[in-house]
Amino acid sequence: MSTREYMLGNVAIARGIVEGGGRVISGYPGTPSSEIVDTLSKMKERDFYVEWSVNEKVAMEVAAGAAMTGVRSVVTMKHVGLNVAADPLMTLSYMGVKGGMVIIVADDPGCHSSQNEQDTRIYSEFSLMPCLDPSTPQEAKDMLPYAFELSEKFELPVIFRPTTRISHGKADIELGEITEHRVQAKFEKDTSRWVMVPSNAVVRHPHLLSIQDGIREELETSPWNELTINEDSKIGVIAAGIASVYAKEAIENLGVSASYLKIGAYPVPEGLIKKMYEQVDTVLVIEELEPIVEDRCKIIAKDMESNVKIIGKTDGTVPRVGELNVDHCVKAIADVFDIESGLPEIKEIEMELPPRPPAMCAGCSHRSTYYAMKKVFGKNAVFPSDIGCYTLGIQNGTVDTTLCMGGSIPVASGIYHSGEKQPICCSIGDSTFFHTGMNGLLNAVYNKANITVAILDNRITAMTGHQPNPGMGLTSTGEATKEIDLEQLCRGLGADFVEVVDSFDVKATIEAFKRAKDYEGTSVIISKQPCIIYARRTGVRLIPFKVDHDKCVGCRMCVNLGCPAIEFDKETKKSTINAMCTGCGLCAEVCKFDAIKEIQK
Amino acid sequence: MSSKASKFDLVISGVGGQGAILASDIIGRSAVIENYGVRAAETHGMAQRGGSVVNHVRIGCDLGSIIPLKGADCLLALEPVEALRYIDSLADDGVVIMNTEAVYPVTVTTGKAQYPDVESIVAELKKTHRVIAFNATEKAAEAGSRQAMNVVLVGAVSNFLPIKTETLLERVKEMVPPKTIDTNVKAFEMGRSMVE
Repeated sequence: MSTREYMLGNVAIARGIVEGGGRVISGYPGTPSSEIVDTLSKMKERDFYVEWSVNEKVAMEVAAGAAMTGVRSVVTMKHVGLNVAADPLMTLSYMGVKGGMVIIVADDPGCHSSQNEQDTRIYSEFSLMPCLDPSTPQEAKDMLPYAFELSEKFELPVIFRPTTRISHGKADIELGEITEHRVQAKFEKDTSRWVMVPSNAVVRHPHLLSIQDGIREELETSPWNELTINEDSKIGVIAAGIASVYAKEAIENLGVSASYLKIGAYPVPEGLIKKMYEQVDTVLVIEELEPIVEDRCKIIAKDMESNVKIIGKTDGTVPRVGELNVDHCVKAIADVFDIESGLPEIKEIEMELPPRPPAMCAGCSHRSTYYAMKKVFGKNAVFPSDIGCYTLGIQNGTVDTTLCMGGSIPVASGIYHSGEKQPICCSIGDSTFFHTGMNGLLNAVYNKANITVAILDNRITAMTGHQPNPGMGLTSTGEATKEIDLEQLCRGLGADFVEVVDSFDVKATIEAFKRAKDYEGTSVIISKQPCIIYARRTGVRLIPFKVDHDKCVGCRMCVNLGCPAIEFDKETKKSTINAMCTGCGLCAEVCKFDAIKEIQK
Repeated sequence: MSSKASKFDLVISGVGGQGAILASDIIGRSAVIENYGVRAAETHGMAQRGGSVVNHVRIGCDLGSIIPLKGADCLLALEPVEALRYIDSLADDGVVIMNTEAVYPVTVTTGKAQYPDVESIVAELKKTHRVIAFNATEKAAEAGSRQAMNVVLVGAVSNFLPIKTETLLERVKEMVPPKTIDTNVKAFEMGRSMVE
């Protein structure tokens, strides 16, 4: 019987954390990183502590605190989360750690589920922390125990950067042994290490620089880099992270011979690059997103006065945006070898295909809240929004801006203070409000922004896969905890107008929005109704609706709600409700002809 | 032409919520049991909310999970438009196995776009490829539940995979909710019999 298991990359990473003896693991959900903490939280037997923190900065500080005591810790987040956590990151590199600490940051080349496609490897250069860049889910798992040891050896956190295709890829994984790493946590007072006042920081900065050569040497010979010299070829290919498997397949498919360097760790292996330069006169660098290895290769060539020609993104041979794949690599390698790529011709599909964007679910409470909001504020009002399922309200005309987590309330304030005459109503989800929305509300109240804030409280962090948050009264592992009352919280932040409504009670929600709109100052509406997916999973069943075709006049009011359960028959010119209906009742509420009713048993 | 880097490349397309991930899991896990290296890529996150989703499953592969253009041996489509949308991933000699039951996107239900006639989609695909098209949703309903549509299609594709039928059936039994095992086994067998 094989010990190999078919696993999601993030599940393999969670396994790697366990194998490496991680003791404190924190994170904030974000695609494609979320399943790491999800997996650890669901494990029945745990000899580690795991939490969903309220944001990435907090999560990183929790993991840093743990690592100060000598235990091994991990923090997980998506790439943009590292912007939120950049403050602790940049000083943590001066301070360093005692126990091994791994900062897992999942990048999303191609923006599958993100607002940008920034490259975390730049943070590695910026913070002077080493970075591991896996090329397969197996390597991702195997890198974790190594990362803890590397971190302890240099007393510096290690950045670990999977991409979407690692985190949300699946592969057969060979499991490893679980490390018997049992350190008793002990915080040892040492102000020169743990207190970054200027007099200590100026000592730690040169220390951080002084260990860089040691880190480079250590990584140079690590199993994550691999050089194969081909003495028959004057061309070399250097490929990093996931691009290295694409490049390998492309070389095999083209049947060309080239020297090949796979890079899986940063700082880049200068010795191996120099060795390649001795053999080749041309180097093609293939890496996703920023030309980090490419630029480094150019610097190395210049320093050693080599005439080797370096090809990559700067000259346009390799794309700088989006994900790479085998086809991109075939094209780039064929270009450099000056041969036919043999890539297939793609014919345009002659038939026009309807676009299928993601949409709010049938029975999603956000649709009801947005309906009420738009009805009261009108289509000319300004609707700044935030990041979550409710961003899909872009289809309903209630999402005018989305910048970053927690950006909605400050953006709304800025639009108000600029003198915009239209009413302003912004929307933000419960988890996003706990994340960084609270500061925005405090600021809006303090600076007298005359705006309405709608907190779309669906009682969970839905988009990333239904993680608990402070409003639920549950921790990541499902343990009962204090349930944070959003209304009290908003009042505590200074808001005097706070009303809580049931999202499915459309009439009451409309009335509340009217009062909020008339209120002079920052008003808050908390529109509360559990996420329909989660509610149904926990057994909630509402009576579905149907259209009485004798009464339906085909006005399309219900169809325009954009609910996947409502269809319009072009021939009969009537609406129908399909099997996806979950019984929220919004369509019945908007129907002026009383044609939509609950199905009678 | 299919890639040298993999023994069998499969693309599974559909709509978020139709069970494309379970379909690829049944196949991927079975392949591992039979000692193949497997690489798969899945759509998670935002698109799962009713958007267009696509999974790649590479059997007998130890490199990357993304199948090159026109590299797939088979395109398994859980929905008709989603077959045509991903046809560029299929090799010229590859086969399309598709469900003919349409799921209208919101762009169609709200009247912003037209849904093409399903027969014309099948005809368009047949111009260039071998196509096995049938209403897998109805077959699943016959087996006991419309939800088992994905397993009907796994049954159909089992005729082409380099994996033993018993291995796949065992995984179906392991991976579906216990109460639905009989329905899903029936669904699998009905799908398997749809290919001559």
